[in-house]
Amino acid sequence: MIIIEEDTTVKKSYKIEVDCANCANLMEEATKKTEGVKDCTVSFMTQKMKVEFDEGADPAETMRQVLANCKKVESDCEIYL
Amino acid sequence: MTKKQKNLLARILVAAVFFVPLYLISEGIVQVELPKWAMLALFLVPYLTVGWDILRKAALGVKNRRVFDECFLMTVATVGAIALGEFGEGVAVMLLYQVGELFQGVAVGRSRRNISELMDIRPDYANIEGEDGNLQRVDPDEVETGSVIVIQPGEKVPIDGVIVEGASALNTSALTGESKPMDVTVDDSVLSGSINLSGVLKVRTTAEFEESTASKILDLVENAAANKSKSENFISRFARVYTPFVCYAALALAVLPPLLGMLTGLGASAFASTGAMWREWVLRACTFLVISCPCAVVISVPLSFFAGLGGASNQGILIKGSNYLETLSQVRTVAFDKTGTITKGSFEVTAVHHNPIDARQVLEYAAMAECHSSHPISLSLRRAYGKPIDQNRVSDVREISGHGILAKVDGADVAVGNERLMNRVGVPFQHCHHTGTIIHVAIRGEYAGHIVISDTLKENAREAMEALRRAGVERTVMLTGDEERVAQAVAHDVGLTDYRARLLPQDKVACVEQLLSEGRGRGKLAFVGDGINDAPVLSRADIGIAMGALGSDAAIEAADVVLMDDDPLKIAKAIRISRKCLGIVKQNIIFALGVKAVCLLLSALGLANMWVAIAADVGVMVLAVLNAIRCLFVKKL
Repeated sequence: MIIIEEDTTVKKSYKIEVDCANCANLMEEATKKTEGVKDCTVSFMTQKMKVEFDEGADPAETMRQVLANCKKVESDCEIYL
Repeated sequence: MTKKQKNLLARILVAAVFFVPLYLISEGIVQVELPKWAMLALFLVPYLTVGWDILRKAALGVKNRRVFDECFLMTVATVGAIALGEFGEGVAVMLLYQVGELFQGVAVGRSRRNISELMDIRPDYANIEGEDGNLQRVDPDEVETGSVIVIQPGEKVPIDGVIVEGASALNTSALTGESKPMDVTVDDSVLSGSINLSGVLKVRTTAEFEESTASKILDLVENAAANKSKSENFISRFARVYTPFVCYAALALAVLPPLLGMLTGLGASAFASTGAMWREWVLRACTFLVISCPCAVVISVPLSFFAGLGGASNQGILIKGSNYLETLSQVRTVAFDKTGTITKGSFEVTAVHHNPIDARQVLEYAAMAECHSSHPISLSLRRAYGKPIDQNRVSDVREISGHGILAKVDGADVAVGNERLMNRVGVPFQHCHHTGTIIHVAIRGEYAGHIVISDTLKENAREAMEALRRAGVERTVMLTGDEERVAQAVAHDVGLTDYRARLLPQDKVACVEQLLSEGRGRGKLAFVGDGINDAPVLSRADIGIAMGALGSDAAIEAADVVLMDDDPLKIAKAIRISRKCLGIVKQNIIFALGVKAVCLLLSALGLANMWVAIAADVGVMVLAVLNAIRCLFVKKL
């Protein structure tokens, strides 16, 4: 019998637009440092960003902050919230 | 090309038209006398046309305290060159840098789309027959389970279902990589993502769109890019260190040698004046900065992996992430579950040895007792019995893993299982001289006889082992719950290096752990199963491969690599694809870093000017991107 633990953290996927691969890495770093974000992976190839939020964090509010932080490292990027 | 890219292309063309005559004048090829300030003003026109956004981004970067981005580097390098009077070179670097950016954007964007198209099995619509008999196109998301949809020739099956009317041939190559069409008719199930080739089909859907095969596969493939490999992580860490390092090196190059020259006179004699010495070293430092952009490497590695994943999925091999692609390339040991991987898993009852009761009755009791199990053996018992089963006659069913089943049939205690079960219930049994799986049956505590069930080898099993050996797999081990005799026969027939017989399901995990510790330091271990009952083993191995997974959710969940059809040759193919892909990744890393290192050295020695630097930067990127695309071509591998 395998018991599958219920995953309580919220994970969301967002479509992004970013022009260069290194910029995508920078966005990933910036997102990870944002408060309320537990983990994040940015895929330049699929132009998608997966964000895992801390428990109790409000995804909408956190993502606004994430977008602001990403704009700081790469002014041309876009996250479609 | 996107709007942004078209815009950039226009700016590049305008700037180039301005730049070329100016450059010819400044080099003295065309004789026009102009004062220096006029030349500067004229050169600034193409410079600003093509580079204004870079300058803007550099300024923003400084404002946000992120100095070491490539826009900043390009700005410093080009402004530095212009300030030193090298107008032509400064503008050219900016121009070529933007050409490189444009190429990268277009090439990467295009290959991204190509790969995505390869994997695109997403149906756009479903046809529903309206009351007036006309077909209506609806969003597949809106189709409820149990509705009847119409699939016309040439259309994709949007949702999983069962055919209620019509017959046709289906092309399932997007799902399995198998190009031979599959004939289907009423009562056959069809999977979303396959393409209807010939006749009109009416299909009753058995799942929602979200739960259908096509959606699940797409989900898997899209998530795959998020599982980054070690190489990718290495490269992004490298880029983080590389750029600042080159910047400080450039600063040192600009300041230290001339200072040393002024203080000690060392090397200063090579220059006409102190000013000329400073100018030379600062120019070299600017060249350094041009080479410091890490983009060629950073782009080519994930692109290679992405292309590899795309190429593999086109062959019916779904790999859940670049990290698994990387692990797959290091596989040296492959462990197999027997049933469904080496053998067909379609068991047939080949003999019933009975005493004292009738053969039909032995089979009937066995089929009844096994009526709830979906194990292939149970299915074959029910098939051999051939009549519908009245489940009301069966009660108290207890499945003992690795042993068999205890149940009450028509109120009588029945035990159906292997020798171990007979020992457990204390019934003496007869051995059988047939090769195959022997199912003993005891009724009311009396031995009633046994049923012989045989499995057949897959046609390709032998070739598959041979292909694995050629692909560099040193050890192939079969794990089975079967008797020693059966296991040995199968292992010998297909050419396995080793086997383990009489394993209970939980023993398989222990066995894999033992193989893992034996093979430590000599490559990775892959476990191949059919996804039924072997989820723990799939996850324990370095890499779990599920095969024949089309339509089996459990296998898709548990495995790292999913082979959509059940051809064992695909295992070796998956390994070869991963080797090719990793090879290309290595080539790109070594090539790009090598060229950069050489250019850095040459420019520090004053042997490479800015032209060489920017050509190397853009050229390396172009080649690396083109090389990465090769990962896509894996069909003939």
